[in-house]
Amino acid sequence: MDDMWGALARADRGDRAFATSPVRLAGKHLVADHSGALWWPAERMLIVADLHLEKGSAHAVRGLMLPPYDTRDTLARLTSVVEAYAPRTVVALGDSLHDRGAAARLRKADRQMVHRLQLGRTWVWITGNHDPEIASFLGGEVMSGLGASGLELRHEPQPARGSHEIAGHLHPAARLTTRAQIVRRRCFVADGSRIVLPAFGTFAGGLNILDSAFEPLLEAADRRVWMLGDDGIYPVPPGRLVAD
Amino acid sequence: MRYGTPRADHEMPDQPSPSKLAQIRRTNSGVERSRLSAIATSGAADIPPAMPPPHLPELFHVWFARRGWTPRSHQLALLAQAEIRRSTLLIAPTGAGKTLAGFLPSLVAASRRPAGAENKGAGLRTLYISPLKALAVDVARNLTTPVEEMRLPVRIETRTGDTPQSKRSRQRLRPPEILLTTPEQVALLISGEDASYLFADLETIILDELHALVPSKRGDLLSLGLARLRRLAPGLVVTGLSATVARPTELRAWIEPQVAGNEAIALADAIVLQGGATPEVTILETEDPLPWASHTARYAVPEVLAAIAGHRLTIVFVNTRLQAELMFHELWRANEESLPIALHHGSLDVAQRRKVEAAMAAGRLRAVVATSTLDLGIDWGDVDLVVHIGAPKGASRLMQRVGRSNHRLDEPSKAILVPANRFEVLECRAALEAAEIGAQDAVVNRRGGLDVLAQHVLGVACSGPFEPAALRAEIATALPYADITDADFARVVDLVATGGYALRTYERFARLRPTGDGRLRIAHPRVAQQYRLNVGTIVESPMLKVRLVGRRGKSGSSLRATVGGRVLGEIDEWFAGELSPGDAFVLGGETVRLEGVRDNEVLVSRATARDPIVPSYPGGRFPLSTHLARRVREMLADPARWRRLPGPVAHWLSLQEQHSIVPGPDEVLVETFPRGGRHHLVAYPFEGRLAHQTLGMLLTRRLARDGAEPLGFLANDYALAVWGLGDLSALIASGRLSLERLLEEDMLGDDLDQWLAETSLMRRTFRHCAMIAGLIERRHPGKEKTGRQLTVSASLVYDVLRRHDPHHVLLEAAYRDAATGLLDIARLAEFLRRIKGRIRHVALEHVSPLAVPLMVEMGREGVGGDARESLLREAAEAMLREATDTTQEQGQSG
Repeated sequence: MDDMWGALARADRGDRAFATSPVRLAGKHLVADHSGALWWPAERMLIVADLHLEKGSAHAVRGLMLPPYDTRDTLARLTSVVEAYAPRTVVALGDSLHDRGAAARLRKADRQMVHRLQLGRTWVWITGNHDPEIASFLGGEVMSGLGASGLELRHEPQPARGSHEIAGHLHPAARLTTRAQIVRRRCFVADGSRIVLPAFGTFAGGLNILDSAFEPLLEAADRRVWMLGDDGIYPVPPGRLVAD
Repeated sequence: MRYGTPRADHEMPDQPSPSKLAQIRRTNSGVERSRLSAIATSGAADIPPAMPPPHLPELFHVWFARRGWTPRSHQLALLAQAEIRRSTLLIAPTGAGKTLAGFLPSLVAASRRPAGAENKGAGLRTLYISPLKALAVDVARNLTTPVEEMRLPVRIETRTGDTPQSKRSRQRLRPPEILLTTPEQVALLISGEDASYLFADLETIILDELHALVPSKRGDLLSLGLARLRRLAPGLVVTGLSATVARPTELRAWIEPQVAGNEAIALADAIVLQGGATPEVTILETEDPLPWASHTARYAVPEVLAAIAGHRLTIVFVNTRLQAELMFHELWRANEESLPIALHHGSLDVAQRRKVEAAMAAGRLRAVVATSTLDLGIDWGDVDLVVHIGAPKGASRLMQRVGRSNHRLDEPSKAILVPANRFEVLECRAALEAAEIGAQDAVVNRRGGLDVLAQHVLGVACSGPFEPAALRAEIATALPYADITDADFARVVDLVATGGYALRTYERFARLRPTGDGRLRIAHPRVAQQYRLNVGTIVESPMLKVRLVGRRGKSGSSLRATVGGRVLGEIDEWFAGELSPGDAFVLGGETVRLEGVRDNEVLVSRATARDPIVPSYPGGRFPLSTHLARRVREMLADPARWRRLPGPVAHWLSLQEQHSIVPGPDEVLVETFPRGGRHHLVAYPFEGRLAHQTLGMLLTRRLARDGAEPLGFLANDYALAVWGLGDLSALIASGRLSLERLLEEDMLGDDLDQWLAETSLMRRTFRHCAMIAGLIERRHPGKEKTGRQLTVSASLVYDVLRRHDPHHVLLEAAYRDAATGLLDIARLAEFLRRIKGRIRHVALEHVSPLAVPLMVEMGREGVGGDARESLLREAAEAMLREATDTTQEQGQSG
């Protein structure tokens, strides 16, 4: 039986056993990364959902002075996962910008960071409910959805049967009961038809996957859940998850 | 007319000696700044009727006489103080007529005011501020009697969070002469644009239960409010009412405006009324051996019931809500006579609490099990016994609680202390000895919180444009902010205006804007609306209503289908977060089972289990006071004093002397021994659970680095134990591990910093600061956003600030709070300094007698601390193992 300090010590030694986790959808091999991004090796495609850039400043506009660092933090994490996988294509699954004014509020340095990320690869912005339009100065292609090798990539998951999709929008999170305490984290959640990505944005919160919003979308009997830790991604038994 | 020479009219001829006006003169450039009058009295220090003192109008003498009373010396002394317009601290024990003394000057002034006198402003003359709204309401009720009987032309009203909006609006336009309210309402009132009109006539402020308010953020906010009110109403007199405290000087300075650039502390006058009869406090002695480790005192239930049966009305005080629930549950299980025993604590539904209070006042109850909600001076009835379950944690707290019995000065209060375990026997004994000599804990002089200052600055801005330098000077008159630096003040103003970030991108959204003449004003009326929703410093951890519903069927019928039943009370969201569906816990005296949570309500069903599973909960919310801790260490070090302890406890200590050692009062004992296949290190700092937890966390990190392979730790108020795989005795003997180095002060450097990044305690502390400073919004019942994905949690803000703006003013504020609050770093630092060169290490073959209580507790505790990552990993590994086993059985490939 492993114990916490042993596990901590192994994490300190750079044990990467849980850095990624394989996910299968419609026969395709996908890789869930502990950063919250999804890697599709066959397509050399990296997919992230719900960046919510400039969420902090959106609150500042309303008089709530949240830290202005969420955009640079989100982009820095995105940069490190893009550098790690060197994808041919990056797809942002919608709600990349928190509101309509967000693109205009981006600092110059952050805009440049977005441009650097796009160098040498295809970049796709899928539109979401927070960002129905993407300013052209942000570069990349703008689409409402994307089909690739039999999988549908879209912002909001659709309850239709028979198709296979990769979506975001819901910001899935899970609460796990353990022997010591309850741990709540963002998560990937999937069934036979779809996988829903966790929100990648620094200031994006999480919605418990036991919330009724997930009911029509994911087969309860077939649910698989991977929770994000600080250093790893952990497949967890759905039976040990609890509501908020 | 100055009150400089000893005054004959204070030397009450009938007072028992030594009744003297003692005077402390603090001279500062020749000006006498303060006096302290001590009036020793047995409680009967009355004025002879033949000698009517000059201050009290005939009307009042008649009224006192009609009630069969005579004005007491301290009541008249306060009246004299008001006449010479001096702020005064009145220290008096319960039952001394403190509240009437406080109001007497205002009532006398009202009786003298000519009809139709002109007002400068709205006509509000006296502001009474109490920490509890129930106390304000209670005092208003008591005040009505003299006002009506003497037909004084005074309107008295209360204003609390419960006052209807229409009445609150009216109170701003046409306030009463006397307004009774809470610190939060004062903050709201001074943030109004009409504040200068509203307070223009203010003459007197009465601060009740001052000792409870001062050492808190509420006190910080109130001190700033006082500074503001002094500016709006120059010449204001402040009367502070306080229970006995160790160092009244701090409270005297708190109510007096401090003078900038003056080294000396300005002090208000003081009138100290010595206590009445010495209380009769005993420690419960039982035939049964005392438990090694427990917080419930279940063993004492028969004795407690017998004590209740032998008295009219008993308050059974406990330290936490869970202890209250458990004791109440146990008392009723054994209550064969069906004595009417009720329960009172802060998580119960308000209506239910009011019912209990009314029944108490009406004499329909025989006992009430209560937490600190009954601590403060509300008169609930004819209490003749206080039973204190568990150790009191502080000498002053004990005396205040004991004072709840017998509200008459001339009769002794009566109390029984019930230690829940052996260590608590030592602590109870120490508290008792402190009580015998009247020793009190000191009210710690605190530095005002920067988060609180941010809230105040915004409040001032909401009342109108302000000049920063003038506000800076004004707030420095408040004792908690007397030493604030210009730089810190500027950072706070910047925090209010733009969030105070190193990355300056919010200038165009700033909440404060220059007016062009050097002043700042709020940028938009919306800012004032936001301020009013977020005012106050009590950041309760969010409470969830607990509703009784039917049990969910095995079919897993949806929670939505269950129809709501009665609300049992509220529980802390953090507590709810630790529970899983199916867990049984106790609330409102009923054992219930968690069914689920829906829309901010916790749904429960009646549990069938006979024994509630109350999740392990720390023994007391208050850490052991420094003063009491020292007394416990001294008692432990002196075998001559063990004779006064119960037999089993004295025996336990002498066994410790034989098998290990008993440390001196300034030493720390560290024992190492093997047990159950593991190696243990037990240290006995006696510095309180919070400091021990912090020490445990840091020690485990250091031991891990030194290769001692620690597995976990456990802390209580007296000691902490670390266990692991490495042979600690051998490591120390071989010199590979040095205790001196292990316990060096530098552990409060990098190790602490790394731990702070992870610990949920620090996150909670930060959340409080961020809410008080208005950086994140409070949640308002009924107005909460559904769906957690919409809000930005304090935890996310904390992480981002630590990574990108580590010197942000709120991180600093949170760190300062943690130093004295949940992590008690200040006390740990003091400990590490104290024990330098005084570590006594003993390597043992077996567990020592003193270590047994911790070893017993260990079996019940899970992993402490914040090892979330490893818990996730554990769950994943367990599932993978299971999956691998299953696939092997089925002979399939993964």
